[in-house]
Amino acid sequence: MDFQLTDDQRALKAGMRELLERRFPRSRLRAAVDGEAERGAEVDRELWRELGAAGLFALRVPESAGGVGLGLPEAVLAFEEAGRALLPGPLAATELTAHLSAAGRLADGDAAAGSLVAGAVRGETVVTALDQGGALVEHLASADAVLALGATAVEVIPAGAVARSAESIRSVDPATPLHRPAPYRTAPHGAAPQREAPQRGAPHGAAPQREAPQRGAPHGTAPTRVAPQRTAVAGTGASGEATTGVAASGPAARLRREAALLTAAQQLGSASRTVELAVEHAKRRTQFGRPIGAFQAVQHLCAGMLVRAESARSVVYAAAVTEEPGDIAAAKLLADEAAVRNARDCLQVHGGMGFTWESDVHLHLKRAWVRAGQWQCAAEAEEELAAGLLSTVGACL
Amino acid sequence: MDLAFTEDEEDFRHRLRAWLADALPKLPDPPHPADWPGRRAYDCGWQRMLHDAGYAGLHWPEDAGGRGVTPTQHLIFLEETERAGAPYVGAGFVGLLHAGPTIAAEGTPEQRARWLPPILRGDEVWCQGFSEPDAGSDLASLRTRAVRDGDAYVISGSKIWTSHAEIADWCELLVRTAPLNADTPKHRGITWLAMPMDAPGVTVRPLRTLAGTAEFAEVFLDEVRVPVTNRVGAENDGWRVTMVTLSFERGTAFVGEVVACRRVLEALARTAKAGGRWDDAVLRRRLGRLAAECAALWRLTQWNVSEAQRTGGVPGVGGSVFKLRFSQVRQELYEAAAEVLGPDALDAGQEWVADRLSSLSYTIAAGTSQIQRNIVAERILGLPKGR
Ligand SMILES: Cc1cc2nc3c(=O)[nH]c(=O)nc-3n(C[C@H](O)[C@H](O)[C@H](O)COP(=O)(O)OP(=O)(O)OC[C@H]3O[C@@H](n4cnc5c(N)ncnc54)[C@H](O)[C@@H]3O)c2cc1C
Repeated sequence: MDFQLTDDQRALKAGMRELLERRFPRSRLRAAVDGEAERGAEVDRELWRELGAAGLFALRVPESAGGVGLGLPEAVLAFEEAGRALLPGPLAATELTAHLSAAGRLADGDAAAGSLVAGAVRGETVVTALDQGGALVEHLASADAVLALGATAVEVIPAGAVARSAESIRSVDPATPLHRPAPYRTAPHGAAPQREAPQRGAPHGAAPQREAPQRGAPHGTAPTRVAPQRTAVAGTGASGEATTGVAASGPAARLRREAALLTAAQQLGSASRTVELAVEHAKRRTQFGRPIGAFQAVQHLCAGMLVRAESARSVVYAAAVTEEPGDIAAAKLLADEAAVRNARDCLQVHGGMGFTWESDVHLHLKRAWVRAGQWQCAAEAEEELAAGLLSTVGACL
Repeated sequence: MDLAFTEDEEDFRHRLRAWLADALPKLPDPPHPADWPGRRAYDCGWQRMLHDAGYAGLHWPEDAGGRGVTPTQHLIFLEETERAGAPYVGAGFVGLLHAGPTIAAEGTPEQRARWLPPILRGDEVWCQGFSEPDAGSDLASLRTRAVRDGDAYVISGSKIWTSHAEIADWCELLVRTAPLNADTPKHRGITWLAMPMDAPGVTVRPLRTLAGTAEFAEVFLDEVRVPVTNRVGAENDGWRVTMVTLSFERGTAFVGEVVACRRVLEALARTAKAGGRWDDAVLRRRLGRLAAECAALWRLTQWNVSEAQRTGGVPGVGGSVFKLRFSQVRQELYEAAAEVLGPDALDAGQEWVADRLSSLSYTIAAGTSQIQRNIVAERILGLPKGR
């Protein structure tokens, strides 16, 4: 057993950090959030392609398919750096889609849809995600495609089809545009995906009847479905999948777990970064004739932040190695908590400066809130872990 | 980032499991917690069994009579013995985890030969005489005086919170050999001595803990003579001698209890289920969160052990991060247990209630949580020294 990073893993992490410092310096983030960027908070295509060229979306893609041929641990390390830099964009959904298509896990549907998704590996496609649970969709206006997860089924649909019935909201995170989607569920096998009838819960009273793919899809493409998808789910009605139940196994469950882990990795990066920001500030800022970092109340806040970040790191890394559902739930839970609470404490250490738009602290906090609501939120993670206590007798810790 | 075990490590685990399956049924019934001679005999008996099977002093260097196994193998040993329900190190704690390693690192060949084999065999029990009534967190301000008289030190003063003092043969004692004054740092002038607990002038007065038992004691020293040959390291160099091994306590000393946390948590879930409390989402989620915390403690342990394995040294300051989280989680676990128990949480006869009481010491003993945060802030984060 050697849980520490290998030399190659350290090099990959350092390389990613260096790339982001060069290509996504703070000025670029600030331009987007301060309203100075031409295209606001839209995904920067050029940067996206640079990240693609650097292999961010291809880390887990086999070399035979043009990828880097590494595994989830390496993807987690790269995503940690992305989270540290507050890199915006639907990173996890694009990475997952790139991995899916390269692994041949998407059925050969329409050729155009296939190529739409194939570009994800190289960063030529922006793919966001739509989860059945009702989470908001990020960067929908910038996206080409949407990775849609039902209870068990997975499909890739053109972004326009989702955008048409989704409502844009004023996102709390200035770097992450958000849409509230119409309730979504995937169709029974073979049929086209259905939007729910309005009386069953469409929030705006509109009839978000989904148009036939041939007519509605902007690229004239049919949904690309993951094949095979024969996984049965308890509680699934004969006519289709349950709208609320989420299966524990099957392609969708697997993707959800990977998405949760890659999101947790970004939370970890942010949580570590806010420790650094707080400590730097505490060493620099002087009050009562000494650096505020000499006051124990401040020291202990900072120490608590490090403990949170390091505890999260140990479970996030372990989950990347084991890929166990319980480990991933623990990783998401503790990384969400570390990111949110560390950003809060970082704000406190910064005093009035921490309450300004100018400081980056609120950007960490807001992004942490967005990510905490994505994939496995705290309630879901805790319920999964609780269920694990009854089902695993003396299993892994 | 590899959590898989090597063939050697798996082999070690299998042989250990087989031995435990054979050895544990031969143990006598555990003694009553208040039966100190019984506890000593039981703990030492277990240590003797480990010794005879080649499992004593696993992590000690070979030239100190240990087995010199890797940190990972030591971790496997601690994990497997806990899972199998083997006894804790108990009365052997100070000898095996602190005094012994200190003597192994700093002692002369004669000192090693005199003290190490009886520790490994479970023949002699040690206690730790560091804390004093006026020197707790600020240990370096200790005042127990030792004055040189020929080939002996004559010691007067008092120690407090000395665990296992009543049943110990030896005490690793920190004494002041140069007076405290404003000119020299208080860390200088401290000396490390091995003091026989049956020496004339040693009086042990047991202290009752909030759990009702006498886990620790006051030790009064009235002109106790200790031979100079019992000094480990140089005179006035005892602080450094002690710090060489103090981090052992925070490294792997709690592995068994991390494994036990998970077991307790599963038992809590089953009890809640049986009693109908499982339908309470608040309780369920609380237990779920604790499962994540236990996972983090285990992974942090593996992280720290892997680090120690790479650096070939003792666990570093990472031990402070672990200890902070561990002691907090351990206390939260028994808060949750009290919720599961409901009215039974007031029944001191319940095992979880006794454990809840003893868990209250975790944020105090072996460096309080505030002191650990000071260490993290100043030594890991590099913040300016606080006042
Ligand atoms: C169960 C148990 C077993 C023990 N066994 C032994 C043993 O075998 N041998 C031995 O030598 N000792 C032993 N101890 C003693 C233990 O090491 C001390 O209790 C501990 O170091 C704290 O010292 P104190 O009790 O004097 O508390 P104090 O140092 O008086 O602390 C009181 C409070 O003040 C806080 N405080 C103190 N200094 C600071 C500071 N600089 N910054 C912020 N807060 C501060 C502390 O965190 C604490 O909350 C044991 C203690 C317990 C509870």
